[in-house]
Amino acid sequence: MSDVFPPRPRPATESGSPPSPEAVQRSIIETEGLSLFYGKAQALKSISLKIQEKVVTAFIGPSGCGKSTFLRCFNRMNDLIDTVRVQGQCRIGGEDILGPDVDVIELRKRVGMVFQKSNPFPKSIFENIAYGLRLHGTRDRKTLDEVVERSLRGAALWDEVKDRLHESALGLSGGQQQRLCIARAIAIRPEILLMDEPASALDPIATMKVEELILDLKKEFTIVIVTHNMQQATRISDYTAFFYIGELIEYDRTTRIFTNPQRKQTEDYVTGRFG
Amino acid sequence: MTHFEADIRGLRERLLTMASLASTAVRQAVKAMIDRDDDLANKVEDEDTALDTLEKDVDEVAVLLLLRAPLARDLRLIMVATKISHDLERVGDEATAIARRARELNREPLLKPYVDLPRMANMVLEMLETAISAFVDSNSERARAVIPRDKEVDLLNKQLHRELTSFIAENPANISRCLNLMAISKRLERIGDHAKNIAEEVVYFSEAQDIRHTQPNPDASGAPAAP
Repeated sequence: MSDVFPPRPRPATESGSPPSPEAVQRSIIETEGLSLFYGKAQALKSISLKIQEKVVTAFIGPSGCGKSTFLRCFNRMNDLIDTVRVQGQCRIGGEDILGPDVDVIELRKRVGMVFQKSNPFPKSIFENIAYGLRLHGTRDRKTLDEVVERSLRGAALWDEVKDRLHESALGLSGGQQQRLCIARAIAIRPEILLMDEPASALDPIATMKVEELILDLKKEFTIVIVTHNMQQATRISDYTAFFYIGELIEYDRTTRIFTNPQRKQTEDYVTGRFG
Repeated sequence: MTHFEADIRGLRERLLTMASLASTAVRQAVKAMIDRDDDLANKVEDEDTALDTLEKDVDEVAVLLLLRAPLARDLRLIMVATKISHDLERVGDEATAIARRARELNREPLLKPYVDLPRMANMVLEMLETAISAFVDSNSERARAVIPRDKEVDLLNKQLHRELTSFIAENPANISRCLNLMAISKRLERIGDHAKNIAEEVVYFSEAQDIRHTQPNPDASGAPAAP
């Protein structure tokens, strides 16, 4: 009788969860011993991390832990600060991005960014998206129309703004402005989208829309997000990295970080017992 | 201590109260059978509502704690607390069922001196108390030690069923007493299962490892169901 219903083979890994970071084969961002100094103060301490392609990776940690600074290394945004000095390696798609010969404009085309506070240009909705394309040489009106529509659809904003594309972007609500910024970032088809607390200034409904959007976008883009909201990290990310005073303390599958962290500092932080 | 920590402590305290009530109920139900004490059997039945109320109370506190979106160890604790409270409430139900059967047995002369049933009761009570103490100390090693003991209880239950079946075959006048004793044996065996469940939950709480359904069970059919 026992042959009639043979036991089903059990999956070797936890069902539904991505493989552990160590098991990941295809990483798109890789840092090795990456340190960063603001003048004499060391903000990042020799961070080595591999970020997988087309997943959402969340960076968490208390304020001042270096998570935003680390994020901004990936498109060299820290270059804008005079006193910054970087050591170690950071490769995107296998290419070193820290070298003096790197075309930073080209890099930022590959690695888009969305900030905490939405920052639309004081132009029309259409122009906000077309601007970057024009900057990169697209002049053809038909192409611009197509890309604007595709980007707004991609950012789940098209239906809300399609009848007022030529009105000022500043007339949009906070949540719509943030999605416009995401549409603007994806218009130039980056490989990676960096998001620095993209929903922290939004109400719960706008937050939910941005989170849904992030989950849709990961089919096409690699997303790295900094968030202070741990529930947000659990809802949208596949991997989570916990930082503390410039160090990477723990990096693992999100489910593991939030149900069974291996380091005490992580456990104390995620359960709110830090300090 | 934060408000959250105080509420977590409250949840743990409720579970310990439930554990104490459940194990007292089992002890008294078995004593009511051995001493042929109807009053004690009635008392066990009357006091079961306290466990029912506490089970609902644990769920209510757990929901309020979950609203605060706890993580890691706190999340695991709340998850296992609702399961442990369910198991303890069921232990209370088993004790009530034993008490009812004891009352029925008390209406007829003693079939034979009770040896195996008190032994079985001691085994499951010890399993239950060890599982709870493992929970208190978050000691997964101690919890793991409870799990294989469930097999011993199952064997004893089967042995009792065989023996009582032979009593029935000998004399039809024994039937109702034997059926009551078989039912009590089965209820004690179920209490062993609940203790094992609690032990597995303690391992999950302590190690974040789900060890349920990982032991091969060569004879899943077990003993016949209670009449």
